[in-house]
Amino acid sequence: MTLCNADVTGVREVAQGVYVLSFRNPEVARTVLPGQFLNLRVHEGLDPFLRRPFSVYRVEKDVVEIIFQVIGKGTAILAGKKRGDVVNILGPLGVPFGIGGEFTKAILIAGGLGIAPMPILGEHLRKAGKRVEIFVGARTVGQLALHHLKSPHVATDDGSRGFHGTVVALVESYFKEHPQTDAKVFACGPTRMLEAVSRFAQASFLPCELSLEGEMACGIGICQGCPVERINAERRYALVCTEGPTFDCTTIRLREA
Amino acid sequence: MKTGFTLRNVHFKNRVFVASGTFGYGDEVQNLVEVGQLGGIMTKSLSWKPRDGNPPPRIAETPSGMLNSIGLANIGVHAFIEKKLPYLRTLDTCIIVNIAASSVQEYCDVLGLLNEQEGIHGFEINVSCPNVKEGGLSFGIDCDRTAEITSRLRALTEKPLIIKLTPNVTHISRFAAAVKDAGADAVSVMNTVIGMAVDARTRKPRISTTTGGLSGPAIKPIALAKVYEVAQSVDIPIFGIGGIMTAEDAVEFLLVGASAVQIGTANFIDPSTGVTVAQGIESFARQQGLNDIGELVGALDARRDFSVLQSWL
Ligand SMILES: Cc1cc2nc3c(=O)[nH]c(=O)nc-3n(C[C@H](O)[C@H](O)[C@H](O)COP(=O)(O)OP(=O)(O)OC[C@H]3O[C@@H](n4cnc5c(N)ncnc54)[C@H](O)[C@@H]3O)c2cc1C
Ligand SMILES: Cc1cc2nc3c(=O)[nH]c(=O)nc-3n(C[C@H](O)[C@H](O)[C@H](O)COP(=O)(O)O)c2cc1C
Ligand code: FES
Repeated sequence: MTLCNADVTGVREVAQGVYVLSFRNPEVARTVLPGQFLNLRVHEGLDPFLRRPFSVYRVEKDVVEIIFQVIGKGTAILAGKKRGDVVNILGPLGVPFGIGGEFTKAILIAGGLGIAPMPILGEHLRKAGKRVEIFVGARTVGQLALHHLKSPHVATDDGSRGFHGTVVALVESYFKEHPQTDAKVFACGPTRMLEAVSRFAQASFLPCELSLEGEMACGIGICQGCPVERINAERRYALVCTEGPTFDCTTIRLREA
Repeated sequence: MKTGFTLRNVHFKNRVFVASGTFGYGDEVQNLVEVGQLGGIMTKSLSWKPRDGNPPPRIAETPSGMLNSIGLANIGVHAFIEKKLPYLRTLDTCIIVNIAASSVQEYCDVLGLLNEQEGIHGFEINVSCPNVKEGGLSFGIDCDRTAEITSRLRALTEKPLIIKLTPNVTHISRFAAAVKDAGADAVSVMNTVIGMAVDARTRKPRISTTTGGLSGPAIKPIALAKVYEVAQSVDIPIFGIGGIMTAEDAVEFLLVGASAVQIGTANFIDPSTGVTVAQGIESFARQQGLNDIGELVGALDARRDFSVLQSWL
């Protein structure tokens, strides 16, 4: 884990309001695993105040990339960064996706900016000898960021591209034609989507890991600010930052934001 | 440069501590922070039994600060002794255990058990918790209860006993005077300020408990005024707390009368803030030609003919 300034190597808009920011940091590039995140301090000022968590999107040599949508103060500042600026990074943090294990096929399901961890995840899975099938959903075609995803199956809520409907409905129809038994599901996206994925995976008797995105302050387990409710456990809550953000879907109860 | 100070029978190497609930139990940050450079660590509040804490969302960012309602989530005193204390004992800094309870008896039970353990240098008592017996209002807004807790705990320990006061009262100095009379060695000023944040779009409060505790730079001016009020009217050492991000912030607290400071929310942005602040205070004092950082304590250059509480009316 490192806490330091990193040099921004570029920011580019890859879809409507969606940006990829890259920075140089050999340590993170060397050690980060799929599903882990970084807690970024976007500037030195006091407002916005807290760090902002982002999944690692891609790694290329010494350069690490994150992808984000501009939704508020912090992401607006990040989108305005230029080559040569710095971001202060803390990470890599959190428990990575479990890519080992018996399964032969990985089903990746992403809603909106839930695509963030998918390129690095797909790459590691392929290296581990797994076959990868990826499903991506967005509200409309302009919000799709499909770069670095190998032959994705696409769904849009408004039907402007690919399957007309939710990404989970798309996965269900795919499974009807191609029944899968030896598969594991990995998902990231809005809570409603994760709930649907979780129901689907359990009904299909497939193991499934979800990556959660709740509020966070520290990102390292010292504030107790990021609980998620556990199912049938002695301790009622787990911390998303240190015990997640990836969780086996049968162990937690999701909450509608 | 003399950086340290003594409280009762314990010497602290410097005047910078990390605040309860903002540094975990110290082990989470072992690879990020040289804790040996801190005056001490205030642990997360401990109760007799483990507490789950409040449902999410527990935190919300606000301008230059944050609101929290963690609900005193903690592992309980027994797990602390078994799982955390052995590691804390190995650290080259002082360990002040913070205690929170929902009855006077529970405060006594927790302190009594901890007092027998090795490696604990003192106690800080969080009185900003709901008093279950008396309808869930915080002990800390009831001067008599706060004094009662203090005298009961004083009878149990010879180690430094620090009472952490809440700012959510009209005259914090009355509480400081009461706990001094009841035998406290110092007060910590202050805990979080009651606050609220609302999402206009969803019409919902932004944390699950509706109101919560505000912390961070947003509360620094309030904290300075509370420390000053106590320092002006009660002769008791003060740990100044509230929104400290830099060495200069910390010096401001020393000047208004704090003997030491605690770094809270700033740890969430950088857990080594305390170390940076300790070094920064030392170089500030050197630049000012001082030999002892203690020379800054209460050295504010202010007119004394205004009463602390009414001057602005
Ligand atoms: C482990 C983790 C990984 C994440 N990875 C990514 C990622 O790869 N890409 C990405 O775009 N985002 C990701 N997020 C979410 C991201 O952290 C937030 O979008 C970001 O903090 C918003 O900052 P802001 O200052 O722009 O918005 P703010 O000004 O803080 O908020 C703007 C609005 O968005 C809401 N909001 C803020 N934070 C969140 C959140 N975490 N979830 C839902 N709503 C929120 C606020 O309530 C507010 O209405 C991740 C979150 C976590 C916890
Ligand atoms: C997330 C969080 C958790 C806290 N938990 C505790 C606690 O368990 N016990 C306690 O006495 N104070 C607790 N506090 C209060 C801090 O110790 C400190 O008094 C307060 O945050 C003001 O200082 P700051 O502005 O530097 O954070 C907590 C504060 C925060 C932000
Ligand atoms: S974000 Fe602080 S404990 Fe998880």
